[in-house]
Order: sequence, then structure tokens, then C-alpha cells
Amino acid sequence: MANATAGLPEHHVAHHFDTANQEFDSIKTGMWLFLASEIMMFGALFVGALIFLTLHPAAFREGANHLDWRLGAINTFFLLTSGLTMGLAVIAAQAGQQAKVRMNLVMSLFLASGFLVVKAYEYSLKIHHGTLPGRLWHGEGFHDPFVHVFYGFYFVMTGLHGLHVLIGMGLMIFALTRASKVQFSRSYFTPIEMVALYWALVDLVWVFLFPLLYLIG
Amino acid sequence: MIAHVHHENINYLKASKGLKNWLVTVDHKRIGMMYLASILVFFVTGGTFAGLFRFELWSPLKNFLTPDQYNQFFTLHGVIMVFLVVVPGIPAALGNFILPIQIGAKDLAFPKLNLTSLYLYWIGAAIALYSIVAGHADQGWTMYAPYSLSRNPSVLWMMVAAFILGFSSILTGLNFIVTMHNMRAPGMTWYRMPLFLWAMYATGIMQIFATPVLAITLILLLMENFFGIGIFDPALGGDPLLMQHFFWFYSHPAVYIIVVPGFGITSEIIACFAKKDIFGYKFVAYSSVAIAIIGFVVWGHHMFVAGQSELADSIFSFLTFFTAVPSAIKVFNWTATLYKGSIDLKTPMLYALQFLFNFTIGGLTGIILAILSVDIHLHDTYFIVSHFHYVAMGSTMIAFIGGIHYWWPKMTGKMYNETVGRTAAILVFIGFNVTFFVQLIMGSQGSPRRYYHYQDQFQIYHQISTVGFVILAAGLFMALFNLIASFFNGSVAPKNPWGAKTLEWEEADSPPVLYNFKETPVVTHGPYAFETEKA
Repeated sequence: MANATAGLPEHHVAHHFDTANQEFDSIKTGMWLFLASEIMMFGALFVGALIFLTLHPAAFREGANHLDWRLGAINTFFLLTSGLTMGLAVIAAQAGQQAKVRMNLVMSLFLASGFLVVKAYEYSLKIHHGTLPGRLWHGEGFHDPFVHVFYGFYFVMTGLHGLHVLIGMGLMIFALTRASKVQFSRSYFTPIEMVALYWALVDLVWVFLFPLLYLIG
Repeated sequence: MIAHVHHENINYLKASKGLKNWLVTVDHKRIGMMYLASILVFFVTGGTFAGLFRFELWSPLKNFLTPDQYNQFFTLHGVIMVFLVVVPGIPAALGNFILPIQIGAKDLAFPKLNLTSLYLYWIGAAIALYSIVAGHADQGWTMYAPYSLSRNPSVLWMMVAAFILGFSSILTGLNFIVTMHNMRAPGMTWYRMPLFLWAMYATGIMQIFATPVLAITLILLLMENFFGIGIFDPALGGDPLLMQHFFWFYSHPAVYIIVVPGFGITSEIIACFAKKDIFGYKFVAYSSVAIAIIGFVVWGHHMFVAGQSELADSIFSFLTFFTAVPSAIKVFNWTATLYKGSIDLKTPMLYALQFLFNFTIGGLTGIILAILSVDIHLHDTYFIVSHFHYVAMGSTMIAFIGGIHYWWPKMTGKMYNETVGRTAAILVFIGFNVTFFVQLIMGSQGSPRRYYHYQDQFQIYHQISTVGFVILAAGLFMALFNLIASFFNGSVAPKNPWGAKTLEWEEADSPPVLYNFKETPVVTHGPYAFETEKA
């Protein structure tokens, strides 16, 4: 915030703002509000999953036991590390170190891709075992008749989260393109900070998804 | 004329010409006007559907609609009026136009996002209209599972439409809150903000925090329809009550998204036409915020007979009584503002007074419905239909129409015919109350809502209600034609025809220039500083 001072060489403040600070603060407030609404959306899903856990604890446990916690742990590592590199990208941007910004963005993209690869592998396992939601379910050897509801939650929650990972990666590519054209400076790096904020949400959701789906049971 | 007129100093209606310039504009005023036109079109559409089934109910047996058509028309009436009219209504149309001017800004914080939300509204509306012809939507606007899980294409499209409209609503609320935090003119402190803006702020909070829950509910309903994921469907081990909880977690705050902006307009009009500072400014301001917060924890009162626990019922009942406190604070403060004011019964004031009357009935019937034992009798009767129409139509739409009349000279630069405007306002008042007051009586006698056939004893009430509808429609059309006519041959509006004290009247032209003010205004007094002038 303190670095976004007036008198920018490259960045042009939009017509309806008086100063660059006002512009930056507005965008940041907007981003936080948007993230708040995202949390409400995911929050409802978590509440739903917890209610299902109390209604059918056995089904929930059985479903969770069929997930490989090690794959979840690897993905947790990928996401948390990418959170770190995104944070480093912001710090580098504040210091005006453009090469570091690009490097950290590339690292984050790499780690996010790793997450998606593992997730895709997990999905392929589920398709193989037939542990799919609802009508698509043809899993065998399960005792509880409601395990498919667990997988309903599993796919909706990880799917929606995965969509956010994809969008986040798109935003990183956008930021990387602009960084490569040297469109950021010590006084203007708003997009990088916003992408990092968004990515923090992606991390945060996963930090709760992982124990809920993989570790309970 | 000066040869080199800078385009920034021309009024926004003339700043650029042609349809294309309107469609790609990022000017909040033009976007607000396009919202206003769209919302009014849907208001007439939804009202026409209401008229169709109201006439069908003239006699207990079939008149001209089949039971199936009757179900569809009340569903369409509900969906259109809720999602396309009253929820976006005041914020999207009047808020968009007035909010930046009232705080002394050039535009909203995110003009392009604002245009995006207008397009989302149009896309959502187009899909909602398409759903009408895609099949038979007869599930009611609440889309309860498992009835909404029958893979009815019409219902599915309606869910998609509501999802998109929800995004439009979130983006508008977000834009407003950011603008109020960051774009206020020098001297515009929080407590100098007009109460309309406090209402917009409270509305924005609810839009941002409640609407995403509707979004996820709709996603889950769609997933349930396509894949049968078993989260809501009891046949697959799901919990249909969970769907109702989710739905009302949005839709109860939505009731306040609907009515709180009406509070804002009423505060503006009453202060202006009583020429008095609003009584207890901070109480009125914070009661909007309080309603927004309490509004999040009362959703269970829609589910008293749905099978939730008695403990939950009691808690929700108690919390619902609690919402009456900030609402009553507002009504008392408005009344106190009127006391010893120099009241001028211009058209907007007539609507504001109607609001006071109708909202008091709408609010008090809400208290009656919050009583658990009474609600079991009144649930799903015409009593509840009347209750929420007293709020959504009698309060919100009345305030909306009052607001349109109040800001019309600013928005268009034209004065409408005052006599016609007042006559229309009186017709609307009579028509509305004739239509809906009898429904309270009919409902208290146990007449269920949404029924195609009804018992003979209720016919007289239905007929009175239908007559009321005709009077109401006449009043509304009279108001509408009066406004449209003024656009073409009304007299030119002065800068501040009402003698109001807020920025949009004191500082901006009628209609405002492209960036609202020729130079950024400096605020030196509160929004209703009428008394200081007299002293």
C-alpha cells in the first residue's frame, strides 16, 4: 500500500480516480470483498458436508478411507509451497525486482500444475473404481448404502476448488505476461498482489478440504 | 455558444449519441438508466402475469386458465418479480445513478465491472425468459427439492438464470461498498452521507455475503438434477431440509436486500419534503446495518412447519421478533421527523407516506407470523402472501416509484405533471390496499395460497382483490405515462427543484454532466441541514 505512490512513470490512473493510492485501495477492498463472498460459497459446502457427516458418519468414514491421504498430502505440499512463492512474488514486486517476480510466478505455476496432475491421477483412480457421485456410481465392496453421497461432496468440492486452481493459473499467466513486458514497477504492481490474494484463497480452501475429506475417518 | 465545449461539461444524455455508445458506456448514469428501463419492462411483465391469475381467481372454478397454466403463471410472476425486479430494483437502477453523485465521485470504483453486471443481468433475464418456453416451470420461485429435481428443462434454465443474476447482484453490491469506502469527496464523512447510502451499504453487505450461498445451492441443485449426487435428494440419502436451509440463508437476507433500499429512499424523501433534519440520523443509519446483520440469522422462520427441531423453531422465532426493533426505530424516527415539519405533499412525499403506512402493516404482520403457534395456522395461506406483498410491493416498489419521481428531474432534466403524479399516487395507494388487505382477512380464515380452486366463501374476497388490482394497475400506468410524457414535453427541470440539501441536488446539474461535477465538490454540511438555514 505504502509503495503505491503518485507520479508513476508507466501506469495511468483510470479517469474516475484522483490518485494512484485511491485506485490501489479500491481494487484491494474490492478483492477482499470478492474473496469474502467466495468464502461464503465454499462455507456453505463445508456446512453441507459436516451435516452429512453427522447424518451418515459410517458412510463418510468409509468414503474417506478410500481416499489416499498421501496424495492429498503431496497436493497440500504443492499448494502451500505455491502460496509461499506467490507471496515472494509480491515481496519482489514491492522491491521492484522484476526477474524475481517472474521466477516466482513461474515456480507457482509449476507447483499449481503439479497439484492438478495429482488431482487428475486421483480422479482417474475414482473413475477406475467406479466411486463416482450419484447415478454414475458403480463402486463395489462398500457396506454403507450412502457412500456415494460422500463422493458427491468429494467431486463437487474438489471440482469447484480445482476450477479455482485453473482460474488462478490463468491469472498467473496473465500476470507473467504483463511482468515479461515490464509493465510493473515499484510503484505499480496491483495485479500481482491481487493474483496472490486470490491464490491465498485457493490455498485456504484446500487447507480445510484436505483434513475434511482425507483425514476424518 | 462557445465553440470548443469540452465534452466533459455536456450533460450525460448528450455527451455521445447512438445506441452503440449506450451499449458500451461505462458511465454509471447511463447504466443506471438502462437498468431502470429494463426493470420497469419486467415489472410490467410480472404484473401482467399477476393480472392473469388474479382474473382467473374471479370465480372458484375454471375461468380461462387451466390449472397447469395457473401454476406456471404464479411461478413466472414470482421468479420475474423477485429475481428481475425487486432484488436488483432500487440499487441497480437508482443506486447506480445516484450513489456516486451523492458522495461526490465521478463514477463507481469499477465502471467496467458495473457494465458487466448489467450484461449479466440481461443474460440472466434472457435465460429466465427462455425458461418460460423451454417447458413447464411450475415449481414456484423457491425451487424446493425434491420437486425441482425432476430434470424439467424449464426449471433447470431458471436455476441457471438465477445463478447468473446472483453474480450480477454480488458485483453491484461489491462496487457500491468499495465506492463508498474509497471515493467520497473531500468533507464527505461517513456521518454526512445521505441515509440512502447507508441503506445501499447495508444492502451491499447482504448481497456480498448471502448471494454466494444461493449460487452454491443452485450449483448443487443442477448437479443433483444431472448426476443425482444425493446431497438434497431424500431418495438417494440426501437431506431436502438442507436445501431449504441454504435457500433461505440467501432468500431471507434477500428480503432485506429488497426492502432496505426502500428505507433509504424514504429517509431522503421525508427529510426533503418535511424540510427537517432526519430525527436520530445515526439510529436510522445503524438500524439499516443492524437489520442487515440480524437478517442473516432468522432464515429458519420460513421453515417452522418444514420439520426442523422445536429448539431451532424457538430460537428463530425469538430472533425474528428481534428484527422488529431496528425496523420500528426507523418508523418512529420518520414519524418524529414529520412532527412539526413543513410538510409539502408533492408526489414523492405521497409515496413515502404510503411506504410508512404499508410497511407498518407489512412489518406487524411479520411479527404475527413469527409467533410459532400462530404461524402453523397461517403458514401457506393468503395471509403470508399479503404480508410479503405489503413489504415487497407495498414498501419496496412504492419507495422505488417514489424514488423515481424524486430523482426524475435529476435523471432526465424534465419535470413531470404534478397533478397527474399525485392522482396516480393516490390510485396506487387505494388499489394496493384493496388488493392485499382482503388477502389478510382471507388468509386468517385459512384460505391456502397457490390453489387453483377455492371454497365459495372466499369468492367475495378474491373479487375485491381483483378489483383492487385493476385500480392499482390504472394508477401504475398513469404514473408511468406521466413520466414518459414528461421526457418528451415536460418543462425543463431546475438544478434543485425540491430544495434538497444533498450533493446531487446542490452541486450537480439536471441532468448531470458526464463526470457528474464540473469540479470535485467540497462538502461542508450534513445531508439534511435544513434547520441551520432557518436559524
